[in-house]
Amino acid sequence: MLVIRRFEERAARSYTQALIGGYCHLNLGEEAAVVGLVTALEDRDYLFTNYREHGYALERGISPERVMAELYGRVDGVSKGWGGSMHLFDLDHRLVGGYGIVGGQLPLATGAGLAISYRASDEVVMCTMGDGTTNIGAFHESLNLAALWHLPVVYVIINNQLGMGTTVERSSAEPELARRAASYRMASARVDGLDPLATYAAARNAVAAARAGEPFLLEVVSERLRGHSVVDPAKYRSAAEVQALSDHDPVRLVGARLMLEGLLDADALAVLDEEAKAIAEHAAAFAEASPHPDPATLFDYNYATPVANDLRRLPGEALFAARARPTEVV
Amino acid sequence: MALMTFRQALHDTLREEMLRDESVLLLGEEIGVFEGSYKITAGLLAEFGERRVRDTPIAEEGFTGAAIGAAMLGLRPVVEIMTINFSLLALDQIVNHAAKIYGMFGGQARVPLVIRTPGGGGQQLGATHSQNVELYYAFVPGMKVVAPSTPADAKALLLAAIRDDDPVLFLENLTLYNTKGEVPEASVPAEIGRAAITRPGRDLTLIGYSRTAWVASQVAEELAETEGLEIEVIDLRSLRPLDRATLVESVKRTSCAVVLEDDWLTYGIGAEVAASISDGAFDYLDAPVRRVAMAEVPLPYSKVLETAALPSHEDVINAIYQTLDAVGRRRPGARR
Repeated sequence: MLVIRRFEERAARSYTQALIGGYCHLNLGEEAAVVGLVTALEDRDYLFTNYREHGYALERGISPERVMAELYGRVDGVSKGWGGSMHLFDLDHRLVGGYGIVGGQLPLATGAGLAISYRASDEVVMCTMGDGTTNIGAFHESLNLAALWHLPVVYVIINNQLGMGTTVERSSAEPELARRAASYRMASARVDGLDPLATYAAARNAVAAARAGEPFLLEVVSERLRGHSVVDPAKYRSAAEVQALSDHDPVRLVGARLMLEGLLDADALAVLDEEAKAIAEHAAAFAEASPHPDPATLFDYNYATPVANDLRRLPGEALFAARARPTEVV
Repeated sequence: MALMTFRQALHDTLREEMLRDESVLLLGEEIGVFEGSYKITAGLLAEFGERRVRDTPIAEEGFTGAAIGAAMLGLRPVVEIMTINFSLLALDQIVNHAAKIYGMFGGQARVPLVIRTPGGGGQQLGATHSQNVELYYAFVPGMKVVAPSTPADAKALLLAAIRDDDPVLFLENLTLYNTKGEVPEASVPAEIGRAAITRPGRDLTLIGYSRTAWVASQVAEELAETEGLEIEVIDLRSLRPLDRATLVESVKRTSCAVVLEDDWLTYGIGAEVAASISDGAFDYLDAPVRRVAMAEVPLPYSKVLETAALPSHEDVINAIYQTLDAVGRRRPGARR
C-alpha cells in the first residue's frame, strides 16, 4: 500500500513537471482495495482493469521501473511506450490491460472467461471498473452473458463514490451497486474497501466462486483522495467532504491499526515509508533514463500478420513518389 | 472445382475450418437453433454442439467484445453480426478495442477475430436496415476489411480471415448469397490486401467490391457483347489495406476509371479510390474519375423512392459512356 501511495505521489509530481503526458489517474485512496483484490488472485489468473490502474500493475508484481517508464512513454515501459498511463499491459504478469474507454474491458474480460471455460481450464478473470461504469450498456450485456454461460469472471466495482464529479446517487437509480447482480441471478457482495483484510476476504470468496464456474459481482466501497485525474482540483467537493477525507485515508488507517495491534511501531513504519519513497524515486530515475522509442519503429505494430499493401506513410509523404511528367510529344 | 452458391461456399468453409482447428468457434444471434438469419450456419450446431456454435443474446457490443477477449487468449472466434447495420452497436468494441489492442499494448496481444456481416440495400428494408457502413471499419488502422464478390473468393478470403492473427471484418452482401460460381476443392487462402483484375481491358477501368464488383463484371460483359468495348474490371476484394498499386497501374493503361459503390458518395470508398488514382496516375488520366453511388438520403421504404435513390444499371452504363466520351474513345455509331 505504501509503495502504491508513494509511486502515485511521485507520478503526480512527474506529471506536473511535464515528464508524463496525456491523462494520469491515480489510485490514491484505493490502495487497500487494490492490495486486497490482487492478493486474492493466483499468478495464473487474469486481471482486466481500467485507466486508474498503476497500483494494480505494481501489485501484480510488475516492476515499478517498467510501470513508471510506461507513464513516461519510454521503450522500457510495459507497453513499450505505446500505451501510456491508461494502457498498461504485461502478459507475463497476466495484467491484460489497462483500458481507457469506460467499461471497454468488461466484454473483453467476459470473453477471456469464455476462452477459459471453452478450454475447461481453471484460471479466473478479475475485471475491475469504477462506479460510473455500472450505467453503461456493456455492464449489463457482460454480466448477463457471464451468468448465462457460467463464466469464471469476478466483476469488481471500485465504488469511490464519484464518477469524475458526479456522485453515485446522482447517476445510479440503485446506488447500492452490488444489488444490480440480482438482475442476472449472480452472487454479489459489498465490502469496505478501506480495509485491506476485509477486501481480501471478500475477494477470496468471489474468486473461489468464479473458480467453481460462476461469475461474481463484488462492490468495494472506497475513496478517491484527489481529483479524477492529476489536473482535477475537485472543486465539486465541499470543505466538509475534504476534511473527512483524511479520516478515510486507508494508508493512515492501516498504519494506525498496525501500531494499535503492536505489529509495527512508528519508527518501523517510517522506515517502510522511506523504502517506499526510495522505490518510487528509483522508478522515476529509471524512467527518465530510459530511451524514447525510435521513430523508425512507428509501423512495427500495424498488424500481427503482415499484409500486402500495408500503408506505411508518414504525414508529409505523398502516396506515390513524385516523378517527372511525361514528355510532351510535339 | 465445384459449382456452388456464395452461401454454400461460406458454410462449407466455416465447417472445414472448424474441423481443422479446435480453436475456431462461432458466436452470433440466431446462428444455432435458428440456423442463421441467412442460413450460412445451417447444420453446424447439430454437428459441433453448443460449445462451438454459440447462440448469443441480442447484445452486439457484449458478444463482439467477448469474442475479442476470447481471441486475446488464443481462440479464433468467428462472429456473425446479423446485418452490418447492427455492427454499429458494437462500434466501440471493434474500433476502440479489436483494432487497437495489438498496437496499443506494443504487440503483446493478438486479436485473431473474424466478424462476418452482410450489407445490402434495395430490398425495401428502410433506412436503418439498408446501409453499407464497411467504410467505418476500413477507416481504422489495425482493422483488415475484406469483401468477396464470388463464391471462390468467399472461400479463399474467409480461409485467410480465419487464419489471420488480426481482426478482420468480412463483408457479405444479401444479394450475393444466391449467386453461383466455381469454387476450387483445395483450401488455399487468398492474400488479404490484394485487388484482382477479374477482366482485362484497355478502354476503361471499372472498379467495385462485393456486390458492385459483381455488377461491374456483368456490365463489362454486356458492353463487350453489345459495343465491343474492352473494359477492365477490378474487384477491390480488400478495403483495408487498399491495393492502390493495382488501381494505378490499370489506369495508366486505360487513362480513365469509374468506381461503383453501394453507399453514399460523400467521404466514401469511391472517394478514396479516386484520390488514390489521382495521386498515382494524374498524368495518365484523360477524364475525372467518375463515382456511381447512392443519393444522399436515408434509404426510403417506398419502392419508387428506393429505386430513385440507388444506383441503377442505367446509371452505371451512362457513367461509362460519359467517361468514354470525355476521353474521346466512344466507337462511332455506338448507342447513346
